[in-house]
Amino acid sequence: MTFMRPTFLALLTLVVCVVSPASFAKPAPELVLQLATGDNDAKVAALYAIAGSADPEALPILEALRDDTLKSLGGKQAIIYDGETAIDAVTGAKLAKVPDELEDVVSNNRVTNALEGALAALDLISPDKALRLAAVKKLQDSANPAILPLLDKALAVETDPQTITLLRLTQAAAQLQHPDKATRLAAIETLGASGEPNAKQLLAALLEKDGANYKEADESVRVAAQQGINSINSHLKLGETLGGLFTGLSLGSILLLAALGLAITYGLMGVINMAHGELIMIGAYAAYAVQNVIRAHAPGLFEYYPLIAIPVAFMVSALVGVLMERLVIRFLYGRPLETLLATWGISLMLIQAVRSLFGAQNVMVENPAWLSGGIQVMGNLILPYNRLAIIAFAVLVVLGMGLILTRTRLGLFVRAVTQNRQMASCVGVATPRVDTVAFALGSGIAGLAGCALSQVGNVGPDLGQGYIIDSFMVVVLGGVGQLAGTVYAALGLGVLNKLLEGFAGAVLAKIAVLVFIIIFIQKRPQGLFAVKGRFVEQ
Amino acid sequence: MEKTLTSRLFGPKAWAALAAFSAVTLILVPILNLLVPEGSALHLSTYWVTLIGKIMCYAIVALAMDLVWGYTGILSLGHGIFFALGGYGMGMYLMRAIGREGNYQSDLPDFMVFLNWKELPWYWQGTEHFLWAMLLVVVVPGLLAFIFGYFAFRSRIKGVYFSIITQAMTYAAMLLFFRNETGFGGNNGFTDFKRILGFHITAPETRIVLFGLTATALIGFLLLGRYIVSSKLGRVLAAIRDAESRVMFSGYNPLPYKLFIWTVSAVICAIAGALYVPQVGIINPGEMSPANSIEIAIWTAVGGRGTLIGPLIGAGLINGVKSYFTVAFPEYWLYFLGLIFILVTLWLPRGVVGQIQTYFSKQEKRA
Repeated sequence: MTFMRPTFLALLTLVVCVVSPASFAKPAPELVLQLATGDNDAKVAALYAIAGSADPEALPILEALRDDTLKSLGGKQAIIYDGETAIDAVTGAKLAKVPDELEDVVSNNRVTNALEGALAALDLISPDKALRLAAVKKLQDSANPAILPLLDKALAVETDPQTITLLRLTQAAAQLQHPDKATRLAAIETLGASGEPNAKQLLAALLEKDGANYKEADESVRVAAQQGINSINSHLKLGETLGGLFTGLSLGSILLLAALGLAITYGLMGVINMAHGELIMIGAYAAYAVQNVIRAHAPGLFEYYPLIAIPVAFMVSALVGVLMERLVIRFLYGRPLETLLATWGISLMLIQAVRSLFGAQNVMVENPAWLSGGIQVMGNLILPYNRLAIIAFAVLVVLGMGLILTRTRLGLFVRAVTQNRQMASCVGVATPRVDTVAFALGSGIAGLAGCALSQVGNVGPDLGQGYIIDSFMVVVLGGVGQLAGTVYAALGLGVLNKLLEGFAGAVLAKIAVLVFIIIFIQKRPQGLFAVKGRFVEQ
Repeated sequence: MEKTLTSRLFGPKAWAALAAFSAVTLILVPILNLLVPEGSALHLSTYWVTLIGKIMCYAIVALAMDLVWGYTGILSLGHGIFFALGGYGMGMYLMRAIGREGNYQSDLPDFMVFLNWKELPWYWQGTEHFLWAMLLVVVVPGLLAFIFGYFAFRSRIKGVYFSIITQAMTYAAMLLFFRNETGFGGNNGFTDFKRILGFHITAPETRIVLFGLTATALIGFLLLGRYIVSSKLGRVLAAIRDAESRVMFSGYNPLPYKLFIWTVSAVICAIAGALYVPQVGIINPGEMSPANSIEIAIWTAVGGRGTLIGPLIGAGLINGVKSYFTVAFPEYWLYFLGLIFILVTLWLPRGVVGQIQTYFSKQEKRA
């Protein structure tokens, strides 16, 4: 409301007075001439008149004025000259020859404002849906009783539901100052039901005191406004809770991707891979590299680079994983504490290697267009596309892993080795090979996690360090060697973390979650989903 | 095992080495630093005194780690928290000892003035008394270790699970201490100390005294460690390390044993931290980072687990190399450290000292 421009409002008032169905006609020639050749006052008057006629055919002329392509020819003729051809703005006829002595039309601030208002008013009845929507959004900020008739007119012909909703809200906002009490009450009800933060401000303004008196004199209207505010508040609260749940789900799916690979390597081989975070980091850098290569060599494919980066990230991380397994981890089976230290050493070297190759600074990974932006569900609830995509991606990866583990020969072997290594070996499973392949699979999934992370967060050499403890917590909580446990633990931790964040702030929430896990482990040392069986360690 | 422990490294040669170490640190170093004039070739600069003092603190930590990891088989990835808590305890006293000499000339430590706090939080009460602060240095980490250990060992969390949980613990504490609201100076921690017990903290004499105290603590804890591991209790600890289930089947409850050594180890760590802070002049939450704690494990592993002397050598070796590398080739230090982690676990599982022991016992058999 504070941005209201006097001219703009005056113009709208004028529009309302003049608009009538019969006036839909080509702009009068003298108005066009006035625009091109008149002084500033004449221009503003002409703009009011043109906007008042709400004539779509005036649009090219207004646009020409905005784009500075409207020229004056000797103060007698209005010409639209776009650099190549010259058209007579009044008749629409093309001039045979571009005249030499075209003069620019100079507009001052007042004219520019009037022009903007005129364009918005014309947009409100434009055939283009997007333009109408933009126009009503512009009008929303300056809702005023004077524009009510214009809104009525637009509502009468409008078909797009979203635009209708916005028009109704704007109408209600404009009706708040209506002299008729019943209209005001109805408007308050409409605004209260909308759940929009803006509407809350409008209603709150009614309850403010202007000196000794309330701005809204009628007691019952004030009560209704208060009720409206309450209803909006509870609506906003709902949006907040849903938003918290969504970010929790999103964090959970990221944790899930990060922990899934670990669940395989730890669950299968009992290998604590402290370099798991660095495999995630390598996946993210692979996505970065793919982005750069595609931008340099095939810019046309840029929109699809994340899809190309997915297999690349998988392969690169899997390759690093195989090297780690073959060169180091293989020799440390059965010595988990030593494996932990050795893989920590590997992680240090990988971090430094990435620093040497790509620099110590974070690198830029851009979202393609289809992953930026989001869906607006409620006034204060937006679901970003990249987060939605990651949730979907996590679901796909879990399904894929489930299929590999339960429907393939490799999965059968992996499960056999997890359950009883000696027995599997006795019946002819080549356990060392299964180890390598499973480790590669786990590492590759870490790479996929990195690829997904590159779309939502910073990519830097220390990326993995932040995830290693969290993903171990997920695996510990979920129970070793349990896919379902990992899924529940990741989503549960993600949502719990985000909900606690609402009460206590990010750091305390994190600490509370860690304490919770430590206490939980007391009760169920085997995790949420323990493998049932009778055995004793050692 | 028992035989090699006491007869080899604590045989006549070991005692002689220990005596030599005491003589060097308690007599020779003070003379070379304080009495030999600065221009002389024999003068030991304060830089070296501080560096060696710092490394001795690390050696004490490695020793504490050896007691739990080398002798009891509990790998802690969170010992940094006890070290840092000890350091913070000492730091609280040192901050209060600054008095009104800080930038803001206030009775409160500078960072509190900066945060616009009006009075000391309750846990800072009494920290202007040196003895109370020293009590905190021992009691707070000891209590934390006791409570944490009690719950962890009671539900028989062990092996890698325990390691990961200790890592989570120190990580959580680091996050907590990074917050300004926690009341320990946030990111910056404590620094700009002025005096300790009335002596200027940067004066060479003060530094030499701190150095001597550290050396004495190191020797004292080494003897304490030797006493513990060669006692009956030490044998139960080794048995827990080698086969915990069998210890239980034999009628022992491992809980009190593990809890005892775990708490002792934490307190030793805390004292090392308290000695470290006045020498280095700063303490911040970075000391609690998981990376720091896991480095402690590698000092112990390099020197040799279950040897007591080994971790001291390991801490000295790694930190000596580190202070050279990080100045000469800073970008290669992580490669080197990572390589050490890998090579030691692959080819030197018993560490330097363990390897020498094996070599000697083979010679003996041959003879």
